[in-house]
Amino acid sequence: MIEVTNLSKYFAGRPAVLDVTFSAEKGEILGFLGPNGAGKTTTMRILTCFLPPSSGSARIAGYDILEDSIEVRKRIGYMPEHVALYNDLSVAGYLDFVGRLKGMAASARSRRTGEVMEECGVFDVKDRLIGKLSRGYRQRVGIAQALLNDPEVLILDEPTVGLDPKQIIEIRELIRELSGSRTIVLSTHILPEVSLLCQRVIIINKGRVITYDTPENLQSHFRRSMVFTIELRGGAEPAARLLSSIDGLKSVVPLDAPAEGRIKFRIESHEERDVRELIARQAVENGFGLLGLSTIDMSLEDIFVQLVTEEEQ
Amino acid sequence: MSKMTAIYRKELAFFFNSIIAYVVLTIFLLIAGYFFYNLLAYFNLISMQAMQNPYLAQQLSITEGVLQPLFGNISIIMLLILPLLTMRLLSEERKSGTAELLFTYPISDWDVLLGKYCATLTVFAAMLGCTLLYPLLLGAYADPEAGPLASSYLGLFLLGMSYISMGLFFSSISENQIVAGVLTFGQLSILEHLDNFTKGVIDTNDIVYYVCFSSFFLFCSSRVLESNRWRS
Repeated sequence: MIEVTNLSKYFAGRPAVLDVTFSAEKGEILGFLGPNGAGKTTTMRILTCFLPPSSGSARIAGYDILEDSIEVRKRIGYMPEHVALYNDLSVAGYLDFVGRLKGMAASARSRRTGEVMEECGVFDVKDRLIGKLSRGYRQRVGIAQALLNDPEVLILDEPTVGLDPKQIIEIRELIRELSGSRTIVLSTHILPEVSLLCQRVIIINKGRVITYDTPENLQSHFRRSMVFTIELRGGAEPAARLLSSIDGLKSVVPLDAPAEGRIKFRIESHEERDVRELIARQAVENGFGLLGLSTIDMSLEDIFVQLVTEEEQ
Repeated sequence: MSKMTAIYRKELAFFFNSIIAYVVLTIFLLIAGYFFYNLLAYFNLISMQAMQNPYLAQQLSITEGVLQPLFGNISIIMLLILPLLTMRLLSEERKSGTAELLFTYPISDWDVLLGKYCATLTVFAAMLGCTLLYPLLLGAYADPEAGPLASSYLGLFLLGMSYISMGLFFSSISENQIVAGVLTFGQLSILEHLDNFTKGVIDTNDIVYYVCFSSFFLFCSSRVLESNRWRS
């Protein structure tokens, strides 16, 4: 449904997106993850034919974004990051206007306008002027206009920003419901959102794709190492000396002491060798009081931070 | 075509739902009315003097004495007023960010341009329509010639077309509304082609000039919209 090959975009000689390649099948939800300025929005703007790429190509539903721009635009629904709407129109009036621009016939327009207003929960404000709406409602009107022509491809740039927790859950539900027959590309900086919604994740930093995989694969891939914390009673100096004498540890990071006379470390080791027993025994034998030992599962968040910092080094 | 109509209707609704159209219309009629009153009062004075002088009386013409200078004045007022209508047309879309959605809908740049152009032209036509009151008032007491009157209105309309296309162009190149407005003030040269129309002469030369002028700036605007994408 979406095929992107070697896409690059330069702004005044500086690359915003560099050699990005990915694809998405029908019915798939693809997540774009990256820090601010990573190139998420630029990629989306290229896909929606708002910006032309400097090089490379992209096809949506078989149509090239440069050659058949109008055909592509007929098949997408786009919600930009900063949803700017016409403040002087009412919600229903605005959606009707968008329906006309999307070339919908009068009957389809009035039917779909009602449907999307229900779906997005803006039916009760349909006669209010958009300029008078709260940010959450505007955001929903933004989603409503994207859905209006029942597009095959939905491109949502940070769809849950600015919503309250209840609305965020509603919007996620909505996105999941919509995904059945559609391809959805969404960008976000909220990691749980990606693991909740997406079948595949693209992590992008400084315009480059760092990884492109399923959330599960990403997590298992990074579970090669084992992370746990240990809490001891005793002096910080001798404890650090003791831990550094044990081999097979990738890193030992002292954490804030939970209380006077107690110390805590974050330890990372290779997975194939479970060193927890060894450390516990050594600690007790050396006169430390063992207060706690617990493993930490690596979240997508850690993976993300790790990938982005690795990239920067 | 229906997409262009959608833009047209939205823009027109914007003018008349907001205060803009009414303020512009009021100020325009106020200034034009002031000139009309002065010209008429002066003509009145001359006419009284002419009663003692039969030779002077033969020279008097309500068309040359009142209407012709009035339309000249109106063309100058248009130069000052029309930029107020055109300056926000495209610059506002870009500044507020609504352009991002607008240009990802399946519409061509021409739908946007012509929709906005025609909507502004409609507001202008309404302004011009209101000034018909002056010749009607004159008609009640005197006998203004219909020919030069009609040609004058044709000329003013063509002039308005030119101003608006130029205003649209300046609005497309600048994100700043004030800059777009002031740039449009600066174009005086197109006024001289109006002279023939107010005298009652319809010269294809002048018509072609105004039509070409408008087309040129509309074309330039479409090129600017296109290039905005590439440069961005």
